[in-house]
Amino acid sequence: MYDFTGLIQGINKWLHSILPAVAADVVGWILIAAAFLGLFAILGLVLVLAERKIAAFFQLRLGPNRIGPWGIFQTVADAIKLLLKEPVGTNRADSFLYNLAPYFVIIAALMSMSVLPFAKGLHAYDIDIGVFFVIAMSSLGVMGILLGGWASNNKYALLGAMRSGAQMISYELSVGLSILTIVLLSGSLRMSDIVASQSDYWFIFKGHIPAWIAFMIFIIAGTAETNRTPFDLTEAESELGAGFHTEYSGLKFAFFFLSEFVNMFIIAAMGAILFFGGWMPLHIGGWDGFNHVMDFIPPIFWFFGKVSFLIFLIMWFRWTFPRLRIDQLLTLEWKYLLPMNLANILLMAFIVLMGWHL
Amino acid sequence: MKTEELIINPQGKTEEYFINMGPQHPATHGVLRLLLTLDGEIVRKVDADLGYIHRSIEKMTEFDTYRQIVHLTDRMDYLSAHMNNEAVCLAVEKGLQIEVSDRVKVIRTIMTELTRLSSHQLWWGVIGMDTGALTTFMYAFRDREMINDIFEETCGARLTMNYFVPGGLMWDIHPNFQKRVKDFIKHFKTKLPEYDTLLSDNVIFRKRTEGIGILSKEDAISFGVTGPGARASGVRCDLRKKHPYSAYDRVEFKEILGTKGDTFERYRVRILEMWESMHIIEQLIDNIPEGEILEKTKAVIKLPKGEFYQRVETARGEFGANIISDGKKSPYRMKFRSPGFSNLSVIDHLAKGWKVADLVAIMATFDFVIPDIDR
Repeated sequence: MYDFTGLIQGINKWLHSILPAVAADVVGWILIAAAFLGLFAILGLVLVLAERKIAAFFQLRLGPNRIGPWGIFQTVADAIKLLLKEPVGTNRADSFLYNLAPYFVIIAALMSMSVLPFAKGLHAYDIDIGVFFVIAMSSLGVMGILLGGWASNNKYALLGAMRSGAQMISYELSVGLSILTIVLLSGSLRMSDIVASQSDYWFIFKGHIPAWIAFMIFIIAGTAETNRTPFDLTEAESELGAGFHTEYSGLKFAFFFLSEFVNMFIIAAMGAILFFGGWMPLHIGGWDGFNHVMDFIPPIFWFFGKVSFLIFLIMWFRWTFPRLRIDQLLTLEWKYLLPMNLANILLMAFIVLMGWHL
Repeated sequence: MKTEELIINPQGKTEEYFINMGPQHPATHGVLRLLLTLDGEIVRKVDADLGYIHRSIEKMTEFDTYRQIVHLTDRMDYLSAHMNNEAVCLAVEKGLQIEVSDRVKVIRTIMTELTRLSSHQLWWGVIGMDTGALTTFMYAFRDREMINDIFEETCGARLTMNYFVPGGLMWDIHPNFQKRVKDFIKHFKTKLPEYDTLLSDNVIFRKRTEGIGILSKEDAISFGVTGPGARASGVRCDLRKKHPYSAYDRVEFKEILGTKGDTFERYRVRILEMWESMHIIEQLIDNIPEGEILEKTKAVIKLPKGEFYQRVETARGEFGANIISDGKKSPYRMKFRSPGFSNLSVIDHLAKGWKVADLVAIMATFDFVIPDIDR
């Protein structure tokens, strides 16, 4: 039910029937790229609005409510403002690196999005090292932040970038190891395999306690990876003004801003895929009637529902917690999360070895 | 210098660098400029550069009448406007040798305690923001709004009230005043525990504040630190207890004293002071005596020759107003002792060796109002 494979293949066949083979492939790629850019823009707009509305909900405010019903066009207006804004840079900044940095961040975010399975068959690039690819791409994004802070010729930006470097390198480990814990269960790095192997139970139920621990570590480290409170030391507006993007304005600032939100989406999507079965409906082994009813909800709703829940969770953190200090942040990672994670992997390996996860 | 020398210091020392914190910076809460010498993230030296909002209020007083001077003072520490007004009023009343009625004394005390509450509420919102929790600000403003409404109704203004005048009050309290104050106390008694659940008991906030920026009792005295910052170190400096003025001698309240003197202790003292302020208001609000609200004074007040000093306890510490009069309608010289100025001097001592983030937290616990420092 609701299989996108046929639709995608149909479009591909139709393109090949009316165009020569090379041209059809190129048109296909352009369509995919356009779809992703569209999704990227929409995600940015929707998530910024959601953040502001949720923040308002936590802070006894109304949030944006002037432009459009319920303020839904507020972020569109903001985007237009940012597009039309004069780009102001610093004197004596390394202009090449300074201009390059936002593209690093945004391209890394776009690339990681390309391997996510949104529904059955709705998948741009089902690479066999999908999970690894996402980790690799998110490390690339750090370079953009480091470059931006370094090239801005501003000490606040530099401080923010250096904090970011230390933070990202540390928390990359936790994200990677908690993902590995789940990979032990699925036995594959391919996203579609990971989702497919959760058709009876999601991994968070299959993996018993280690999966829960891995999920908690993943969501903590994921929040740190996306530089959001309580780990927003790179921006730390009360300490560093705006951190690494102090000197960016207009569209370049918008790139940093957007990619933060898209990165949050990617982390939430990864969480949903790895722990909550991606687009897989809630299935309970043996309950055929129940499973059949759940199948009626299209997988794309399942996917975005789970992702929205995780995004809400991350936003909840942001509007509740104070910020950690840089040494506390590193202590948390190296002294607590990392050893816990390593022990957790062993525990999971033991469970898999004993075959208790089936 | 060769490139290698720049990168690798032979002594294994890192290079210190200098950074401007302010005059436009979120953590300084105004136009204060701190010149930081940093070693990586560690603060080595803090130099405060003042004067960005200096308006020469002390000089201006030499050309104003005593009634006008009162109006200048609530532009200094705008969050303790009533206390500042009170200091000048009391000093002038000392010079004129008039005793205000009990009604005036009680209303003044209620007003100053409400001011203290609103000031501490704002501070609580801001310390949350400085440590990264943005929601506290909105919670604090929800409750502060009620006090501002009370002020608006009685005084006609929400921030710069100018309600106290030499000899009494500008006008009588609004008929709704007592009811609204009681409503507020009832409301805030349920909301203050919420402050604890949201911030005080948060493990990250505790880690960020406990054991940070420890101020010893001796240092607090020698730097001239007053207010909650000094009381957290165990210095008995509450003027409401030591030298009671207005109606403080007829109310029951505790002087909140800390022992550790760290950032969290300063935070705790302020939270507990809010409970005490509510306690004071509760004792007075139903017992406002009848009486004159304004003593008879001449149209233009002239103080006799001499020096008149009055100090009061504001939300930040000891505020003093010293009038040197030569018998004319304006003072010969007037000096204000503002708590923020002395409290700022201790920042370098406290922040040395801590991280930039700690400096921000330490600054937040002293609750600086920059116009109070610069005057």
